[in-house]
Parts: sequence; C-alpha cells; structure tokens
Amino acid sequence: MDEIPYTVKPHPLSGLYSGKLGIWLFLASEVMLFGALFSSYILLRVGSDSWPVGSELLNIPLAMLNTFILIISSVTVVLGWASLKLGEHGKAKMYLWVTVLLAFGFLIVKGFEYGAKFSHHISPATNNFYATYFTMTGLHGLHIVGGIAVFVYLLTSGSKLLEENPEHYTNRIECAGLYWHFVDLVWIFLFPALYLL
Amino acid sequence: MQEKIYGYWLPLNVSTHGEAVDQLINVLHVFMALLFVGWGIFFVYCLIRFRQSANPTAQYEPIHAKPAKYIEIGVIVFEAVLLVGLSMPVWSDFKDALPSESEALTVHVMGEQFAWNVQYPGKDGVFGRKAPQFVTPENLLGLDPDDPNGKDDFNSINNLHIPVGRPILIKLTSKDVIHSFKVPVLRLTQDAIPGQEIPFWFNTTRTGNFDIACAQLCGLGHYRMRGQLHIQSQADFDAWLAEQEVEESDDEFSF
Amino acid sequence: MSVAHETHDDHGHHVELPFWRKYVFSTDHKVIGIQYAVTALFFLLFGFTLMMMMRWQLAYPGQPMPLIGTFFSEANMPGGIMVPEFYNQLGAMHGTIMVFLGVVPLAVGGFGNYVLPLQVGAPDMSFPKLNMASYWVFLPGGLIMLASFYAEGGAAQSGWTSYSPLSNTAPAGQTWWLIGMIFLITSSLLGSVNFIVTTIQLRVEGLSFFRLPFFTWAQFVTAFLLLLAFPPLEAAGVMQLMDRVAGSSFFLPSGLVISGQLLDVAGGGNPLLWQHLFWFLAHPEVYVLILPALGIVSEIITVNSRRPLWGYRTLVYSIISLGFLSFIVWAHHMFMTGMGTAMSNFFQTTTMIISIPSVIILTALALSLNGGSIRFPTSMLFALAFIPMFAIGGLTGLPLGLTAADLHLHDTYYVIAHFHYVVAPGTVFALLAGVYHWYPKVTGRKMNEALGKLHFWISLIGINVVFMPMFFVGMAGVSRRLYDQTQYAYGAQVQGLTAMSSWGAWFLGAAQIFFIINFFWSRKNGEKVESDNPWNATTLEWATPTPPPHGNFPEVPKVYRGPYEYSVPGAKSDFSPQHVEEG
Repeated sequence: MDEIPYTVKPHPLSGLYSGKLGIWLFLASEVMLFGALFSSYILLRVGSDSWPVGSELLNIPLAMLNTFILIISSVTVVLGWASLKLGEHGKAKMYLWVTVLLAFGFLIVKGFEYGAKFSHHISPATNNFYATYFTMTGLHGLHIVGGIAVFVYLLTSGSKLLEENPEHYTNRIECAGLYWHFVDLVWIFLFPALYLL
Repeated sequence: MQEKIYGYWLPLNVSTHGEAVDQLINVLHVFMALLFVGWGIFFVYCLIRFRQSANPTAQYEPIHAKPAKYIEIGVIVFEAVLLVGLSMPVWSDFKDALPSESEALTVHVMGEQFAWNVQYPGKDGVFGRKAPQFVTPENLLGLDPDDPNGKDDFNSINNLHIPVGRPILIKLTSKDVIHSFKVPVLRLTQDAIPGQEIPFWFNTTRTGNFDIACAQLCGLGHYRMRGQLHIQSQADFDAWLAEQEVEESDDEFSF
Repeated sequence: MSVAHETHDDHGHHVELPFWRKYVFSTDHKVIGIQYAVTALFFLLFGFTLMMMMRWQLAYPGQPMPLIGTFFSEANMPGGIMVPEFYNQLGAMHGTIMVFLGVVPLAVGGFGNYVLPLQVGAPDMSFPKLNMASYWVFLPGGLIMLASFYAEGGAAQSGWTSYSPLSNTAPAGQTWWLIGMIFLITSSLLGSVNFIVTTIQLRVEGLSFFRLPFFTWAQFVTAFLLLLAFPPLEAAGVMQLMDRVAGSSFFLPSGLVISGQLLDVAGGGNPLLWQHLFWFLAHPEVYVLILPALGIVSEIITVNSRRPLWGYRTLVYSIISLGFLSFIVWAHHMFMTGMGTAMSNFFQTTTMIISIPSVIILTALALSLNGGSIRFPTSMLFALAFIPMFAIGGLTGLPLGLTAADLHLHDTYYVIAHFHYVVAPGTVFALLAGVYHWYPKVTGRKMNEALGKLHFWISLIGINVVFMPMFFVGMAGVSRRLYDQTQYAYGAQVQGLTAMSSWGAWFLGAAQIFFIINFFWSRKNGEKVESDNPWNATTLEWATPTPPPHGNFPEVPKVYRGPYEYSVPGAKSDFSPQHVEEG
C-alpha cells in the first residue's frame, strides 16, 4: 500500500483533498507573519512623535495600477482553474500565463517605485516609515516571486501531470490560486495602510 | 560588618516592601514542597505497590480520583489567593504608589556599557538637561552645557548613596543597550531601557553597603557592571553630599 | 533499516532507487525521521559540549582550561583562559542549538516523523516531498549556525533571546544567526503543515480522533503551535536583519551612544517590540519542547504499566487548552520591562491558569500507574524520572510567574534552574526514553539493558547535581549570564554551589558515553527482537513488520478500539491491539 490517499479525492470528514487543507494551514501561518508586521507598524507609528504621511511621499497612481494588476491576475487565475475544470486545457494555460505576466508587471512597477526612491538616496535607513515600507512591500514582493516560480513550474516541467492526472493537476492549480489570492489580499491591506493613511 | 548579609537562601532584607516579597516566596516554597512531597509519596507508593512482581495482573478500571480532584481545586484556590492577596498588592504598591518628588530623594540612574551613572541634582535640587550628543568621556551623563541647572549636577559613578528610612525615587534609563538594575537586598529588579525613563521607588530599613548588579546581558562587561548601594544615616548622607558638592563646584561639570 | 527502495514507474513496475534517493534525498518519513534524529542528537551533544566548556569558567573563573584550553584561538582563549566575549558566544549558541537544533528536531522531526504516520495507519506523510524539503532546509540552517563561530567577531553573543539593541550592534555572527533562524523557521513551517494534514486526513478506518494515541495528539497540538507561533519571530528576524544590514531602526530608539559614539541611525524604534515579537513565539516554543515529551512518556508508561492511560479524554482536553493558553502568557518574560499593573495582572493570571492543565496531565500520568503491573526497562526508568523532574520544573515556575516574587528572582539562576528542570531531566529524559523504546522497531534489536540502566542512574544523579544548586544560587541573587559571579559578595558566597554544578555537568557528560556506545553498538550486536511487537503494545506502529517497509503496512489496518486497551477483563491476553478485531 503506497499510494497516499486523499491527494486527489476529498476526505469524507474534512471534505477537502489534502493539498487544499495544507495550503489553508500555510495561509494561516502567513496571516501570522504579515499580522506581526502590521502590528509592528501600528506600534511604531503610534509610538512615534512624528510619522510621515504616506500619500505625500509615495506614488499613489503607480500603487493603484499595481492594485488593479493584482486583482485582475486573481481573476485570471480563477478563470484558468475553471477552464481546467471544464477540460479546456488550452484556454487554461493561456489564462495562467496571463497571470504570470501580470505578476511580472507588478514587479516591474514596484521596481520603478523602488528605483525612484533609491535614486533620491531614500532607503530603509532613512526613517522608520521607509523602513516599514520597504520591509513590508519587499517581503510581499518576495511572495509574488514565489508565486511566479510556482506557476511557471506548473506551466512548464510540472505540466506533465496535466496529461497523466488532470484532476490532480487542477487541484495543484487551485492551491496555487488560493495562495495567489492571499498575496493579493495582503496587498489590498498594504496599499491603504502605507500609501493612503 | 560581621553580620551575615548573604547566604544560601534569601539575603538580608533591607527594603520596606521586601518583607511582603519574602513572605510570598517562602509561603510559595512551602506550598511547592508540600505538593511535591505529597504527590511524590503517592508516586513512589505506586511504583512499589504495583511493580510487576507484587501485582502480576493490572487493573483495567481507573481508580476514582476524588481526592486528586479536590486537591487540584484546592491548589487552584490557593494559587488565586497568592496571586490576588500577596502578589498583586505588592506589585501595585511598587508600580503605582510612587512617592511624590517632595518627600522622596530623586536620583537619575543611567546604565551604560559597563557602569552605572548616578546623577544627583546638586545644591539647586534641579536636574540638568541631558542629551546624547553632549556625551564625552568627561561628561558621561551628556549634560547640556547651556543648561544652568546642570552646572551643579554630579555623577557618582557606580555608587548610589541614599539616606536610610526615606523613600527613594529612581528614574532609570540606559545610554546604549538594555541593562537591568538589580539589588538583591532590596528585592528589586528594574530593566533600564534606552529611549525610556522608567521610575521606580523603594524605602530602606537599615544602613549598610550592598551590591548592585546588572541583570540583563549587555555585552562582554556584563559581569563586572557592579555598583555599590550605600545606605547611610541622614547625617552621614548629608556629609557625603556636601563633600561632593564642594568637589564638583570647581569644575564646569562632573563626569 | 528498510527505506523507500522501490518506486513505481509509469507502468507500475517496481524500480530500485539509487543510493542517494534511498538514503539521502528520501521522501520516506522513516528515513527522514532517522535523519532528523541522528542530526539532532549530534547537535545536542555539540550544544552540551559548549556548556561543559562554560562550566569550567564558571567553576574556576579566570583559570586556564586544562587539557583542551590551548586548542582554541588566541582571540577566544588566550593562554587557555576564556575571554568574556567567547563566554557570551558559547552561552548564546548553547541555548540556540539545544532548543532549535537539538530538542525540537529530535522531538518533532525525529520522533514525530517516524512514529506519527505509523500510529495513524498511514503509508507515509501526506506530503512526502515537502517532508524531505523540510529536513534539507533544516540542515543548512543548522550548519550556518555552527559556521557562525567563524564569522568576524565570533558567533551570536547576545543570548538566544537576541535582545535589541545589544544584538543590533553585535558582531557578524548575529547576522548569521538571523539567517540560520530563517532557514530553521521555514523548515519547521513545512513540517507542521505535514503533521496536521496527515493526522486529519490519513487516519485509517475506525481511528477516530478520540482513539488516537496520546503521542499523536501531542504532536498534533505541537504542530499548530509551530505553525502559528513561529511567523512573528520570522517577521522579527527579518526586521532585525534589516536593522543590521539595511540600516533601519525598527528596534533602535533615537539617541543611542555606543562606546562613546552617537549611533548614526534614524532612530524612532522600540527595543520592546523585539521582545514582544520574540516572546510571542518563544513562549509557545517552550510548549513545543514539552508536549512531544508528554506524548512519549504517556506511551511508555501505559505500555509498561499494562493498564489504560488514566483520564484519556481529560488529557486530550488538557493538552488542547495548554496549546491555546500558551499563546497568551508570553509577557511573563517581560515583567521587569516597566510594565504597569494592568498588563502584568493579565499575564500573571493567564500564567497561573496555564499551570492547571499541566498539573492535570502530570497527575493523570501518576494515576495511570495506580493499579498497574509495572515493568522497568530503561525506557520506563527515563519516562518515570521525567514525572518528578518535570514537576520540579513546573512548580518552580510559580514564583517566577508572580510579579512580586519575580522582583527578586528575575534573570537569576533560579530561572535557569526552573527551565532546565523542565527541558533537561524533563524533555531530554523523555526523548532518551523514546529512543530506548522505539529502537527495536527501527532496527530490529533492543539496546543493551545494563548499559541503559547505568546511563540512566548516572544521568539522573548528575543532572540533579547540576541544577538543584542553581535554585539556591538564584535565590541568593546571582544574575544570569555572568562570566564571573565572584565579582559580587553574594556570588562569592555561593561559588561553591556553582563549582558543584560544574562537576555535575562533567559527570553527566561522561555518562552519555554509555548511551553513545549503546546506540551504535546495538545496531549490529543488540539482542534481536522475537516479534514485531516486543513490548506487547496496542498502538498501530507495532503492527508493522520490523523495520517497517516502504508503505508501512502490507495491508491497510482497520481500528476496532481505543489506544490503551491493556488488561481488559476477559480478553485473551493483557493487551488488545487496536487493529485486531477479536478482543
């Protein structure tokens, strides 16, 4: 007996296949991670004598663009998963590649933002507002990179599984999609917290 | 002093709140010992009575543990009594009942790597302003040269002199890393945190010279960050104070 | 030992795996468990050796270390005399290595990985590749920690607690420590997801949650603690790295003067933020240290008492509440930071409350012995000793958890004695018990009983000689982390006790040689076991062949009863295994 059960079929008690349960647990730990950073931000800001106004220092139009990019990418990832469920493999791959491209777009826009700051000699060392800004968006950016890596893998060398076991493959995309929604959600909180408030 | 200050249990107590602390510690340890011995006897009894050779067939049914339940409830109640009756009041007194600046002797203590800067306000009774940018080897406190109140302040490095029987208000901070001001005979520990000024107070019951230690790892010299607490009679303290003020008035600042 | 030596290619034929995929990059939970266990045992020995060196300086301050003193560099031990900076490095790394590289990887990565899938009847963990990844992220993390001794200025030397601002301005080893911690935390997160999913999803038919062995429950709750408590420390680690490497001031207030120089940073940070984030993990972490041990001890006590665990349901509820409560006591480590009455009242209260489930569990373990028919193999000796030793550790937490007593005892040797009693003759004894207990399942041979008993008695005596005097040293007022306590009159007064602790430690270290010899010698020369179930236990791990093959169970087992049906009246024998239908 060496097939691991419930990898594809859901478990009768939990109603989930194992990967989905696993990714939700992982996301719980990510909530704790970003929660700790948000809490630290609040503590530092409340405890400081003067805290810069984010809207005066940061590029809101670019950040709004990035917000749209991520929201659309969350839509495309769901469309990709839905196409897989309907058996439309070609369409699915198209949607998923669009997701990857959008993710790259996000990073490029971020790159512009960071570049503009660095060229004005602004860095995490400048003050705690910028330290918080760079650390939180930087860690978020690393999570975007991680997401890109997973999707690219699933679309290239990992795509063999689509032929062998489409249901299993679809589940992997679903899990990646859940992670992607979470990364999107973190940005939805980051944007107002850093740029607007 | 031939009298024994330090031994193998609690040191001599010279603070007014120390009695309550010692009472809590001693009551707790009696309680802990009773629990451990009582429970330990049961444990050893089981090991002997129910070893295989004495009891070849085990009993499936669990023993009814009414006594255990009542003991457990008793333990919880006792802990609650200790918490609310003995611990919280002491802490509240220590933290909230700070003496007013008129009745207490106020001293500013600033820990640094690896010494205690003990600042007295001098004849004018007003503490001079301090700022980090003014710190030099001759001005460890960082007294602001433009503040006239600081001219008569002095730094009695590593030596805290106080008069006996009078409330002492310490305003504690640190220059560099976290230190902790600990005096075993006062039953007192207070962390010194850079960027914060933390007040604490105590009152003493007798004279003597006692050790002050650092109780938070602060670097390679943590072990030798030793100070001396000099609890003196009012007369001796006044004499000491007068001496410092005479010495320091010749210089612009003290250390 | 049997490993995943086979896999199935596309056509269902069995393919023999090459050596490196069978023994090195294996996805089999049993291989991974052994990898974790052996690596962790090595780290435990290393971490203990660091302390044995420190004990020389503590017992004979300023004296050259005999025999090996000259092996160390001029920077660390000129003329064989340890310098304070090196003493601090040994201290910080001793704590870090024992907790993060020794105890947790052995308790969770070792025992959890090997035994949990077997106890739930599974062929492996839910995510075998993830499991492999978690080990191979752990190992580099550990090696980075060890290598940090060669960083410029030495290894981390600000305590395992790495308080800011001291750790911000510490030499390069601290940066390595932070990077190493990020590896270790990641490894832990990957592992904990696996444990939780496996326990929920892969239990065989008939194995409901309330029929799970208590060991599995303990690992299950522990996995939640690791999953949810570690990320804040990861965040804090990233922030401290940013402070050290990118010049930010998360934990640095303005106006710091270090060595006479005004520190050139923006400031505005808060050293207490580090403490809150650190202790938010580190308190649940100490429950991570103890919960698996409670699980192991429960298994061994029931098997060797031949009667059910007393109050199984109560124990399960207690361990779950212990898990929850462990998240709301953290600031009892921070009572002296200038905390007011409101916050301290809250944390004192939760700390008192958390003692309740612990007492219930210990009492249940003791009550399990009552009415039993007790055997005393080495595993049982260690498991039994755990109970009073953990009791001492737990009881001495009470004065520390009450602020009025903590005023005197904070950051003294009393604290060191308290937590070492819980972890050293507590958890480590439980882990040793586990090694003696499950060795036959893993290797097919028992460890030598004579050597085992020698190991036990000398360790028990030695460990008490080390730590019992420390309560008195602490009560006398001696602070922690002192390179030389004789600088203080009260320290000099109890220096004799400190020297006694050192001799106890060396004696204890010597005793471990019996264990090391036994561990390796018994692999090939130990008494072969007659059956797959040499201890006549009821839980599923004993229902596999010895050692378990790839896939663990030749046929998927079904479970018909709870995990501790020993000495059931009217049954054929004094144990009724979970997977056997007829009682």
